[in-house]
Order: sequence, then structure tokens, then C-alpha cells
Amino acid sequence: MPTLTDSFLTAVGLVLSADADLIEIVGLSLRVSLTAVVLAALIGLPLGAALAVFRFRGRSALVVLVNALMGLPPVVVGLVVYLAFSASGPFGVFGLLYTPTAMIIAQTVLVFPIIAALTRATLSDLLQEYDETLRILGANRVDVIATLLWDGRFTLATALLAGLGRALAEVGAVMLVGGNIDHVTRVMTTAIALETSRGALPLALGLGLVLLLLTLVLNAVVLGLRARLEEHAHG
Amino acid sequence: MTRIWLVCLGMALSPPVLADTPVVLVQSTTSTQNSGLYAHLLPIASDALGLDIRVVAVGTGQALRNAERCDGDMLIVHARTAEEEFVAAGFGVARYNLMYNDFVLIGPANDPAEVATTTSIEEALVRIAMTGAPFASRGDDSGTHQKELGLWDGIADVAAASGGWYRETGSGMGATLNIAVGMGAYSLTDRATWLSFENQGSHVILSEGDAALFNQYGVIPVDPTHCPNVNADGAAAFTQWLLTDGQDVIAGFTRDGEQLFFPNAD
Repeated sequence: MPTLTDSFLTAVGLVLSADADLIEIVGLSLRVSLTAVVLAALIGLPLGAALAVFRFRGRSALVVLVNALMGLPPVVVGLVVYLAFSASGPFGVFGLLYTPTAMIIAQTVLVFPIIAALTRATLSDLLQEYDETLRILGANRVDVIATLLWDGRFTLATALLAGLGRALAEVGAVMLVGGNIDHVTRVMTTAIALETSRGALPLALGLGLVLLLLTLVLNAVVLGLRARLEEHAHG
Repeated sequence: MTRIWLVCLGMALSPPVLADTPVVLVQSTTSTQNSGLYAHLLPIASDALGLDIRVVAVGTGQALRNAERCDGDMLIVHARTAEEEFVAAGFGVARYNLMYNDFVLIGPANDPAEVATTTSIEEALVRIAMTGAPFASRGDDSGTHQKELGLWDGIADVAAASGGWYRETGSGMGATLNIAVGMGAYSLTDRATWLSFENQGSHVILSEGDAALFNQYGVIPVDPTHCPNVNADGAAAFTQWLLTDGQDVIAGFTRDGEQLFFPNAD
């Protein structure tokens, strides 16, 4: 069994050596997951806002559904996207299976419910606080949504980070639709799965520590930026 | 902000870097990848053929089903009966012998079922079933799983013992070996995967050399009449290379001085 020290030293060695394969894998992980979060935000923010502001039949059911979708198992999403983009599937003609694009699509499906659900919760709270003021000002629904999104932006940054965490950490979906092809679709989590299956446990755990470090840096950057902006906004 | 999104969208939709080189996608068993054979062989083949050869390594059962759905140009797998059925069903052009190695029975060094002294795999499995010592099975319809089920046939009703001493992991070879080492179980694996497996713990090879443990790998180009989308020319070229020039390259692949695959194209 590998000791944590072995794995830690492996991780430090990996980072210091700036191994070309590692940089490629980290780069693809970032490219796939960041793109997925941006696309998921394009869907999730308006959807969450609409669920918070508009009143319509079936709204409660939709809220429950979006919240439940936060628990989608990645491997199920991977399977559905695989079947959709398989050469025998409805979108097979696009030839996207086993490409980073298919991985982005799968992760977007995984992440958008998280962003939508957290956006709805945040904006519902804000709306209760602002409702009277906005009504007095005679704001229309679109203005209300814009105001709420803007005033909730610091909390929404956390929602985006939650989505990014989910995207960077999942392995089930990207393994199925990406195929873990060396130099084409291999990302951090599928590389960890591969090294584990080869019994190279210190290397697998070392890669895991590198992934953790990456997530730490991303969170520190976003939260630091948020603190700076918040200070500016209130200062 | 909009510009950032557009850049990200552009990145997402940009084609792969090697778009101008024809791609050949191989659906493959895992042992050939985990042992490092492809890392040795693919750069040589890619240079010789001017192809971008990509490998998706899954179990043989999954590889065959993926290829049946046209999600691959060719197959490198090891379950002869299933391969012949695949070709007979019109999914593959033809099946060729590529190379062989052998399966081995691994288990804990203290050997609770005392299989090390047996002279055949049949006798070894009988002792495991008799003593009820834990046995970790792939349980995933892979080539190794199909071979293992064939070996148990007539020895023990493993379906009835499942959950008791017979434990189906439903996972790949590497994951199953990690579990076998963790729970002190016996398991059947191919020699290449075992020799390149780095978490052997105190497990060792306890039964080997029986003719029944022969492990034949085959190569099959997917039939373009069944799957018009496949790169039939690329698959034919790589298959032909594997059966000719590639044979020496396969023989030249060693780990710790030991040859892992033995070419035997007809």
C-alpha cells in the first residue's frame, strides 16, 4: 500500500518536473470543465432566475425536478450522451463521440442543474427582501431578473464554483463519452482511474493531489476576486 | 464578458489538433493498454502508416458492442467465440489471429486452498471451490471473464456461489486485481496485465502453464457495409501492418526483460 508521503512526493515531483503529458492532461481538464461551466451558466442562470421570478403552473414541480437533477449520477449522463452521439444514435452524424466536445456536452448536462437550483434559491431570498421596493419602482420582470442577478452576483460566484467542482471531479461521464484516449480525451480523473487500474497507486494518488491543488487555486482565485470586488462595491 | 464566452465557445467547438491526419479508432481490450503495449507499438505504426491511431480500452464484451454500434473502425480483443459470432453476424470484415499469451491464476502467497501444488487449472479451481476460499471474478463479460466462466464449467456452479466465496466485481481487470489483493482472494488474469501490475501486494502466480489457459488475441476490421461511417481503408492498413511488420514490433515489447505478447499471425 502506498503511504501518503510517497504520493505527496510523487505529486510534488509531477508539478516540479512540469511533465509535458501532465500539462496536456491538466490543460484538457481545465478546457473541458471551464467551458462546460460557462455553457451551464448560460442555461442555469436564466433558468434559475425564471424559476425564482415567474409564477406559472407546474413551477413547483419544475423546482423539485431541477433540485433533484443536482444528484444526477455522472455515469448515467455519460451513458445517455454516449447513446445520443454514438454512430448509431440520433446525433451520430456529427462524429462527436470520443472528442472533447462530447465531454463538454456531458459535463454541461451535469452542471447546469446545480447552477439553476442555487440561482433560484439565491434569487428567491433576494426577491423577498426587494419585492416591495421593486414594485414601488414599477420594475418589469426582466428588470427584476437583471437586478437580482446583479445583486446576487457574489453568492452566484459560489454556485459557479460548486458547478466547476462537480465538473472537474467527475469521472463516469467523461470516461464513457471521451474514451480516455491518450493525447486526445485523457483528463485528470480518467488518468487517475487508469493508473489505479494499473496498480500504480502512488502515481494515481499523486495525480489526485495535483487535481486537489488545481481546485484549491481556482477557488482561491475566484473567492479572492470576489472579496476584492465586494470591498470595492461597498467601499 | 461576452467575449470570454465566445472564446470559450470557440475552444469547445474547435476541431482536434490532428484533424488533417486520418483517424483510426480501435476498440480494444484493456490488457494491451495497461501493459504498455500500445505506448510501444502505436508511435511506430502511426509513423509507418501516416495514421492518427486512437485506442479506447474497455473490456472485450463492451468493445464488441461499441463496434457493433459503429463506434470504432476496428477491434483488438480476446474472446474467440464472441469474435467469430461478431464476424458471422456481418459486423466485422474478417477475424485474424494477432498474438497470444496466457492466463494465470493468482492468489495470496499463504495459499489457503493449497492450489500451488496442483498440476492443472481444473484441479486448482476444484480446490478453491471445495475450501470456499474467496475468488474475485471480473463479472463483466470481458474476454477474461468469458474464459474464466468456461473454466468453471463442470467444476462449480459459480452463479449460485456468487456473493459467497465467488465474488463478481463487475469491473475491469485492474480494479478486480486491486480488490483480489485487498481481500486476499484468488483471481484469473492474463500474464501481461499481472506482470505490469504494480500493486501485487503479497499475491503471486499459483497456477500456470495448462494448455487450457492459452489466451489468443484477434484483430477485426469493422465491416463498412454494416457501418458506412468507418475509416475502412485506415482500419485495413493498420490491420495489415499488425499482421506483417507489426509482428516483430509486438515480439520486441518486453517488461523487465520478459516478453508479454507472442505474435502468431497466420
